[in-house]
Amino acid sequence: MVENRPLLSILAHIVLLLGVAIVALPVWITFVGASHEAERMLQTPIPMLPGDQFFVNLRQTLWGSGLEGTNTAPVWMMLMNSMVMALMIAIGKIAISLLSAFAIVYFKFPFRMGFFWMIFITLMLPVEVRILPTFEVIADLGMLNSYWGLTVPLIASATATFMFRQVFLTIPDEMLESARIDGAGPMRFFWDIVIPLSRTNIAALFVILFIYGWNQYLWPLLITTDTDMMTIVVSIKQMLEAAEQSPQWNIIMMTALLAMIPPIFVVIAMQKLFVQGLTETDK
Amino acid sequence: MTFTKTLLASSALVGLMAGAAAAQTEIHWWHAMGGANGERIDRMAAEFNAMQSDYVIVPTYKGNYTETMTAAIAAFRAGEQPHLVQVFEVGTATMMAAEGAIYPVEEMMADAGEPFDGDAYLPAVVSYYQTPEGELLSMPFNSSSPVMWYNADALAAAGVDVPTTWDDVEAVAQALVDNGMACGLAIGWQSWVMIENFSAWHDMPMGTQENGFAGFDTEFTFNTEAVANRLQRLADMQEGNLFVYGGRRGDSLPMFTNGECGMWMNSSAYYGSMVAQAEFEFGQTMLPLDTDLADAPQNSIIGGATLWALRGHDAAEYEGLAQFMTYLSSPEVQAWWSQETGYVPITTAAYELGQEQGFYAENPGTDTAIQQLSLNAPTPNSRGIRFGNFVQVRDVINEELEALWAGDQTAQEALDNAVERGNELLRRFERSVN
Amino acid sequence: MLKRVHFPASLLPYLLVAPQVIITLIFFIWPASQAVYQSFLIEDAFGFSTEFVWFENFEYLLQDDHYRDSFGRTIFFSAAVAFLSMSFALILAGFADRVIRGSTTYRTLLIWPYAVAPVLAGALFLFMFNPTIGIFPYLLEMVGYDWNHYLNGSQAMFLVIIAAAWKQVAYNFLFYLAAMQSIPRSIIEAAAIDGAGPIRRFATIIFPLISPTTFFLLVINAVYAFFETFGIIHAVTQGGPANSTTTLVYKVYNDGFIGLDLGGSAAQSVILMFLVIVMTVIQFRFIEKRVQY
Repeated sequence: MVENRPLLSILAHIVLLLGVAIVALPVWITFVGASHEAERMLQTPIPMLPGDQFFVNLRQTLWGSGLEGTNTAPVWMMLMNSMVMALMIAIGKIAISLLSAFAIVYFKFPFRMGFFWMIFITLMLPVEVRILPTFEVIADLGMLNSYWGLTVPLIASATATFMFRQVFLTIPDEMLESARIDGAGPMRFFWDIVIPLSRTNIAALFVILFIYGWNQYLWPLLITTDTDMMTIVVSIKQMLEAAEQSPQWNIIMMTALLAMIPPIFVVIAMQKLFVQGLTETDK
Repeated sequence: MTFTKTLLASSALVGLMAGAAAAQTEIHWWHAMGGANGERIDRMAAEFNAMQSDYVIVPTYKGNYTETMTAAIAAFRAGEQPHLVQVFEVGTATMMAAEGAIYPVEEMMADAGEPFDGDAYLPAVVSYYQTPEGELLSMPFNSSSPVMWYNADALAAAGVDVPTTWDDVEAVAQALVDNGMACGLAIGWQSWVMIENFSAWHDMPMGTQENGFAGFDTEFTFNTEAVANRLQRLADMQEGNLFVYGGRRGDSLPMFTNGECGMWMNSSAYYGSMVAQAEFEFGQTMLPLDTDLADAPQNSIIGGATLWALRGHDAAEYEGLAQFMTYLSSPEVQAWWSQETGYVPITTAAYELGQEQGFYAENPGTDTAIQQLSLNAPTPNSRGIRFGNFVQVRDVINEELEALWAGDQTAQEALDNAVERGNELLRRFERSVN
Repeated sequence: MLKRVHFPASLLPYLLVAPQVIITLIFFIWPASQAVYQSFLIEDAFGFSTEFVWFENFEYLLQDDHYRDSFGRTIFFSAAVAFLSMSFALILAGFADRVIRGSTTYRTLLIWPYAVAPVLAGALFLFMFNPTIGIFPYLLEMVGYDWNHYLNGSQAMFLVIIAAAWKQVAYNFLFYLAAMQSIPRSIIEAAAIDGAGPIRRFATIIFPLISPTTFFLLVINAVYAFFETFGIIHAVTQGGPANSTTTLVYKVYNDGFIGLDLGGSAAQSVILMFLVIVMTVIQFRFIEKRVQY
């Protein structure tokens, strides 16, 4: 502390706690909503304190079919689909990006910059604006209703490549020189030097990409026609649609809670690596 | 059978349906019914599957109406279309124009050798979905019509009768608010209720070429003084909360079921939700009449959706589909479905069965929609509407009306804008199909 | 761009970039070129009849007041989201930087909204602000304010802005806190000895020193608000009422996916792609410069 001002410190804590409260409020309301009966959630004012139906709702949501009549897969199955999708996207992206960034930074070969720009242009274009043509490609390849169809097109973004390129550029050239003196080949150098040095960034990217994959909405909605392939985030939106006729906010909120927990867990569990990797490489 | 079942169960678990498909022919049905209605669809499919062993109907919920339709079209373009898809009434023109994609239901039934009697269906229901030659294109499934829902307890407390004219509606709304209610009237699906049905109910055209039935070169004409006056009066009713706008589609339902608003104009198909949610005595009655425009109502038009068969599958599969169509329109199924949901029964036999069962006598008002639909023989103004790009046109109407409710423009301006923008969309549609 | 030393050229680098390049070609370049082609067509939804119309779809868009409005609206929305989430994050980070003990705990308590799906965030805010049963309209009614975002476009816009900003606070907070913690303590202490109070120190030393972070976050937040808020708008307002929350990306979706106007929607995609390329170049130049300090 620069100087000792107890009042200011107290103020700091108050402001921060207030900030935490504001940020947490929506989730508190979700939790409260998930712990009441459906009827209670239709009366104003809605409760602000938890009720006693939490585990009843949890059981119905997790092992029952969730919302009545949406004939969706059970929620645990959707959670599993989301998990597979998020993991495949995260790992796939990291793997192909490490390789291509390595090639672009450590080799000099014809069309190197051409490849770089080609990849780089994909950096920001969201799936939403090219969704119908992409859908046709997936259908032509027979990848509808499969984990491949769900994930591979989303791996074609370049955030990760770009980030690894930045990281590799900070690795001192002396490393490569000494490795070459030792007679290490490129792949050996890749495994023994480059990968260990980018560990934090891999972790940070894993968090970002896991969340990116988990939170996908429009793409899985279009690509899965088989209810067994539905992901949890898609099901929330469908529950909101069904809510027009018969709102079961307790189940919707419980599903929302279940859909939030895995990505939040990943962020918090890997917080330290995530923050380091994110802020220290200048992204 | 048990073996197949086990196989089905275990293969469903890993997401591989191929093993079971070898035994029975699968027929895919994409639908847009969530909630309790989705459950009812599952029940119908399960019953049909249990009745015979050659075919398995696989219903899949594909999101709301627009999402379901787009998904089916995208799937068709990719050669992955389902056999049967539920499309809402405003998508009719788009589907009709896609002659190579759709398999007209009547033709499909004939090809499959399945008996089909067009006269068994209620004229007001099927006329919306027939070609000019009278061939039925798609199977009416969930058809409804807008009605006036009212909170009987609140009306009684305020000492007023159920309204039959728009003047009554205004008076009742005033009485309800005077008696302490938060609002008098709310509406949903505003284009459908306040423009499409308002026009048909008073036998006024909404566009040229018999509301689009006679050709794609149609233009909107609903920016008349008659419609504008009514909408303007409705907008003026917002003063003092006699009318409160509660959102598109059925978003305003909780306002009625919570007891905030005493009257609600929307689909008869909210019957199931009313039974589940309203904790007061509620009723439904016919749409109000604007006595400046007509002495008696014509007939209302339907909303809801129909089932379209899509081409591109084996003949044997269509045989199964044809059998399923027969099952779906059987009196027992239709009577059960309509009584549970508030949709209208699509055949005369189903309506009569309901009467025999005493359902309409026990639940007064539940036949309001069907009575409205069959009030008079439909005229070119009240047969229905068939406009291209109508999904977008409805959005345009929603937008312009919302600007009216917000007080940003007058009713006449809103309608003029909606007609002008709507006509542009019609022209684009005309070009796209020619 | 390239290391001074590098491995000799061989087949290997091509094999290494191959997976990424193949995926990019099949799932990005090809569909994107299809979109460009489609933007010159007027086509029915099923693809049975197609008319090549050159730039007519673009002309139609540029004449369309609603399209121009959605441009302006998107910019306003992005600016509001960036400003709200960044200033809130800045305040929190400023105070978190002061507390020695517990700043990690606060960080933990603040970063998780980052993990919440946009659609989910939308669902939560929709529930809290539901005019009939939501808690906020109920409270607002007590003080005599009538909340109905189904009717009032400004309220609807406000709602999507705070939902979008809420999600982004965590990200901004992380960067601001890290930037503040990397300022050498000696500078701050020197200022304190000169008698500068906390507010003055913040305004004259800390804020200018973290301005690169601010600029960086501005770009990131703008991109976020432009492209990644689709799920929020879709869940909360679906672009309404009266188009008042229809952003550019939402309009692409709405015209193409809901309205089935494939040519018009593709033309909008092409305009967006062009914007993306411009933004990417700006971002790239900027980040490139930072790396070189």
